[in-house]
Amino acid sequence: MTAIPAIELQGIQKSFGNVHAVRGVSLRIEKGAITGIVGENGAGKSTLMSILYGLYHADAGEIRVEGRAVRMENPRDAIAQGIGMVHQHFMLVGTFTVLENLVLGAEGGALLAGGLAAARAELARLAREYGLAVDPDALVADLSVGEQQRVEILKVLFRGARILILDEPSAVLTPQETDQLFRILATLRERGVTVVLITHKLREIMAATDHVYVMRQGQIVADRRTADTSPEELAELMVGRKVLMQLDKAPKRPGDVLLQADHLTLVDERGVRLLDDVGLELRAGEIVGIAGVSGNGQTELLQVLSGIRAPTGGRLVVRGRTIDPHHPTDPAEMRDLGVAHVPEDRLRQGMVAAFQAAETSILGYQEEPPFCRHYLMDGPAVGAHCAVLMERFDVRPRAPGLRSSSFSGGNQQKLVLAREMAREPKVLLVGQPTRGVDIGAIEFIHRELLKSRDQGCAVLVISVELDEILALADRILVMFAGRIVGEVPAGRADERTLGLMMAGAAPALSEVEGP
Amino acid sequence: MSAPRRPLPAWAEIAALPLINIALAFVTVGIIVRIIGVDPFHALRFLVLGAIGSSEAIGYTLYYTTNFIFTGLAVAVAFHAGLFNIGGEGQAYIGGLGCGLAILAFDHFLPAWAMIPLAIAAATLFGAAWAAVPAWLQAWRGSHIVITTIMFNFVASALMVYLMVNVLIAPGSMTPQSRNFTASGKLPSMQEVLAAVGIQVAPSALNLSIVLAVFCCVGVWVFLWHTPWGYELRTMGHNPEAAVYAGTSIKRTTMLAMCLSGALAGFVGVNELMGVHQRIVLDFPAGYGFAGIAVALMGRSHPLGIVLAALLFGALQQGGAELAFEIPAITREMVVVIQGLIILFSGALAHLPRPWLQWMLALFASPRSGEVPAKRAEG
Repeated sequence: MTAIPAIELQGIQKSFGNVHAVRGVSLRIEKGAITGIVGENGAGKSTLMSILYGLYHADAGEIRVEGRAVRMENPRDAIAQGIGMVHQHFMLVGTFTVLENLVLGAEGGALLAGGLAAARAELARLAREYGLAVDPDALVADLSVGEQQRVEILKVLFRGARILILDEPSAVLTPQETDQLFRILATLRERGVTVVLITHKLREIMAATDHVYVMRQGQIVADRRTADTSPEELAELMVGRKVLMQLDKAPKRPGDVLLQADHLTLVDERGVRLLDDVGLELRAGEIVGIAGVSGNGQTELLQVLSGIRAPTGGRLVVRGRTIDPHHPTDPAEMRDLGVAHVPEDRLRQGMVAAFQAAETSILGYQEEPPFCRHYLMDGPAVGAHCAVLMERFDVRPRAPGLRSSSFSGGNQQKLVLAREMAREPKVLLVGQPTRGVDIGAIEFIHRELLKSRDQGCAVLVISVELDEILALADRILVMFAGRIVGEVPAGRADERTLGLMMAGAAPALSEVEGP
Repeated sequence: MSAPRRPLPAWAEIAALPLINIALAFVTVGIIVRIIGVDPFHALRFLVLGAIGSSEAIGYTLYYTTNFIFTGLAVAVAFHAGLFNIGGEGQAYIGGLGCGLAILAFDHFLPAWAMIPLAIAAATLFGAAWAAVPAWLQAWRGSHIVITTIMFNFVASALMVYLMVNVLIAPGSMTPQSRNFTASGKLPSMQEVLAAVGIQVAPSALNLSIVLAVFCCVGVWVFLWHTPWGYELRTMGHNPEAAVYAGTSIKRTTMLAMCLSGALAGFVGVNELMGVHQRIVLDFPAGYGFAGIAVALMGRSHPLGIVLAALLFGALQQGGAELAFEIPAITREMVVVIQGLIILFSGALAHLPRPWLQWMLALFASPRSGEVPAKRAEG
């Protein structure tokens, strides 16, 4: 291709202390095309894009935008060059209308009215041109997540961006919303907008991009036309070795019901029904997957099942112990009952960042022998325990004395998982088992979860990654708006039906469980 | 945005940084002293001699240090639980009240060996109780502990004035103080204790409370880092959500942390009333509760660091008094300014020299080999 590329990066370097986040990256992003940048977490994709957007300064290297060498001091410079970024987490004010959000930071004068009128006209033009229809007077909080993302894209286009960077845009979307997003991106491409899509999901790269760069350990390791590659090849390039995309799964042999929830309801102080009449049962030796777009009650379900929050209605029976609003429990008691919990957000819940790995490795079990004897903690025993866990779950580096926050996301997750599985729990509740985890570690974590199941543990997996649910679960329950809207046996599940159920739009394949 | 803050090597974090902070403070103080027309080195000489120049000076320095250790530990324990207890002043006051009441009630009947532990227990109980109320308000009602503890300082102060003027005042006395304790209600002074084993030192206010302070340091260290409750307390301080996840009751741990904190602060009353005044007086906490915040901050909330910081504060307190006495141009207020500057540099501005130190270390590390720090970070 001889045309001047929209963006050309030459020898970009960036280190944070001793960590070389980006080492000598050179790439060309063609005008009017969708370019994907794929890589594991920590491969340097986000750092690279932050450099392009002016959030970080490169230590060395050159950025060319449409042939001209430019310096990005801050995001304002990037915007001036026509580069816009849609962040993974939306930067919107919920109580403002779409139009008000649009002009935020570009109000155009001391009085709002003039700017708003101009913005309204511009919004109408953008909506026409790119097929991005949004009601300008709707409150952002009332919009669906997909629509909110559309507002984010409009915001960027409104600033005059011709180059659009999207950072993991599908993290919060249903499969249908993701497809819709890809249609929008295709329209943008037709209108000459250059799109850069950062993701770790290979399916999306294959579905949406024209060209793909693979990053590993801060470097570009491959550069392919999407049409000429395959997910298997990309996965291998990302990890640096062959990856098993399919899990070998023995048929399940379900045993006794170990955990049963009937009409479980959770209403918060403001009267919002977070959980609405949830019924489910977990049997020994099976994995039940809960699918759903994040924020539909999965977090609260996990909190109630693990004893962190008491239900306001219904009851929960765990190995003979009945928990209801009058007989609440606490996480310590649930642990004694043999319920282990790998929390959704390991950094906020599952570990203490400032603690040593050894201290994190006994969180929740600190009063049990051999960690605590005669009211004193046994430091060497804790360290030895952590070393064993690290060996068994291949946590790297094997350093019980290192601060928990110094480990990579995948290794943190393996440590938390190791802690919870070490006690051979009867019931294992796992929230987002592989969020922020490398492909290599995902494979390992999935195998460990299956091993637990085969040993007779009742496993509940809550994940927003549909692929993960499909790969692991024996039965799939779909949550929407705090309710379980359907149950699908693993063999009969497919992405489309589940997607529709996750959006609250489809009838269940089989009846909702419970009366 | 720049690179995230990089940790310094342990020796630099623990030793170099505080020393640089103190040096900076002394340079600033020197400039100010120069401006008011006093030779800074002359003043420094009096300050140092006043603090450690004689066995009497050392005795007083250690007596002040004792108080700073108690309040420093009090702040540190709460701080490890993520609670900012600025009510040390009031807790010390009420702890002293408890100590004094116990002695007034029993010193005629009980011998010293029974009276002293009982008085210490009363100080513990009263100090803890005074901290328990704000802790309860925070744990169950959500009232912010910074607000409530500071208000409880005023309540304690007013309560003490009321009690001293109306209830506890010795009959016939014109000043608001209780009757003197009898001999059994007196904590032996260090001079007496050392004389008993044949060591002669000059008399000073230093008493056996310093042994209690050392005991508290060890106790706090064992509690925080070697018991499951300390583990839970630190977990809550770093990450309350993780504490809930781990099955720790936030309410119970808040109460525990604050009661311990209050009890430690209450020991100031033991040192002051049972050790020195030998009666209940007004205003004996004299700002130790607040200084404890600076001591804990400077000592990085670790008992060993607190001992060092408390020694510095004790020396400043004693040396500053001598300084004001020897050089008339330097008034008591000036001494407070000097102490304030040292607190400012070692507390609020503690991280000011950090980038310079990092830069210096990088400068020395790079010519040898860039690989060395990288390996350390991984291992």
